[in-house]
Amino acid sequence: MDVRDSLFDGRLIKLAPLDPDQDAEVESRWSHDAEYLRLLSPDVARPLSAARLKKKYEELEKRIDESGNQFYFTIRLREPDGEERMEADKPRKMGRMLGFVYISWISWNSGTAHITLGIGDPADRRKGYGSEALKMALRYAFAELNLHRLDAVVPEYNPAALRLFERAGFVQEVRHRQALARGGRRWDLLRFGIIRDDWEKNLSQSR
Amino acid sequence: MDAALFSGELVRLVAPDVEFAAEAFYRWVQDSEYQRLLDNDPARMVSVKKFKEWMEKDFVEKEPTDFCLFMIRMLAEDRLIGFVGLDGIRWNHGDSYVGIGLGEREYWGKGYGTDAMRLALRYAFDELNLHRVSLSVFEYNPRAIRSYEKAGFVVEGRARQFLNRDGRRWDQIYMGILREEWEKARGDWPSTYRKESG
Repeated sequence: MDVRDSLFDGRLIKLAPLDPDQDAEVESRWSHDAEYLRLLSPDVARPLSAARLKKKYEELEKRIDESGNQFYFTIRLREPDGEERMEADKPRKMGRMLGFVYISWISWNSGTAHITLGIGDPADRRKGYGSEALKMALRYAFAELNLHRLDAVVPEYNPAALRLFERAGFVQEVRHRQALARGGRRWDLLRFGIIRDDWEKNLSQSR
Repeated sequence: MDAALFSGELVRLVAPDVEFAAEAFYRWVQDSEYQRLLDNDPARMVSVKKFKEWMEKDFVEKEPTDFCLFMIRMLAEDRLIGFVGLDGIRWNHGDSYVGIGLGEREYWGKGYGTDAMRLALRYAFDELNLHRVSLSVFEYNPRAIRSYEKAGFVVEGRARQFLNRDGRRWDQIYMGILREEWEKARGDWPSTYRKESG
């Protein structure tokens, strides 16, 4: 990797900023898929309107500015696809939003942070978008923010996410037993960690 | 029913009264070891005024729905020696983090913290009806780890190299206690904590 290699342009996807007006509609649609919400987070699943999401984006951008310990990216297709491509009179620089990845809770004194990633539409999963976005976010965390380690939490009922993080070099470190109650039973919440060494090792292996 | 939910063997739990609590927190942060055992934030000085403002905002003007903070007073001298708080309560899953700090270092290692933790656990399980309680602790704090084990917590894993202090990296250890483990553990605790029969 070279300092001139783009941090934000991947083979399939781009890391891009929020576009509140358009993205709120899309994320509102995702939020009506309870399975998506429950795979993503322990928070109470509930659908959100586009208006509410727009408000949340404003709060988020304010928090990012004020705290300086959070970085947020949307994941977008590198090129417009399908119908989008046909809208010739509406030139677009990039494709639709697929999901998001963000680095939060940065503790600058210890060089640690938390990472969260989601791909909203089930049809966009298992295509390598998440894995490329995660790889790029890791490079951003270790080679631009110069962090030392990242944490991620995954419910045990999300094997796709477990595999995603493991393939990227994360190690399962903690099992919070029975920390989740969903679908009439208890599940463990797993905590993954990746330290700089793990990341470098993973890079040299996948080269 | 337990008449004395807030009273243990050595300590009792009281409300975070801004006047006393802010003075105490201000005194405690002068002790850098206390701060570095407590959390990962850079150790720093905070004025009484600032502590008062935070507490006014968080515990007087509103009552947080995901955070129960208690101050710890000794039963013997009624002295304010620390705090314990159930923080980040996830009501939908019945899980919460617990944090505890004893600011008065002459009372470290004498059972006050363990007693306060037992009270916090009884509150979590008997009043809030949680299913489990979680905590994290630094590997350079064996005294706390021992106290948590005495209160019934089990190690659930460790986040490698989580901290960077005094020129080296340290792990963060995660511990948890399930309701059934608490039920079992308190059988060995002083009668204050045992389940009343009948």
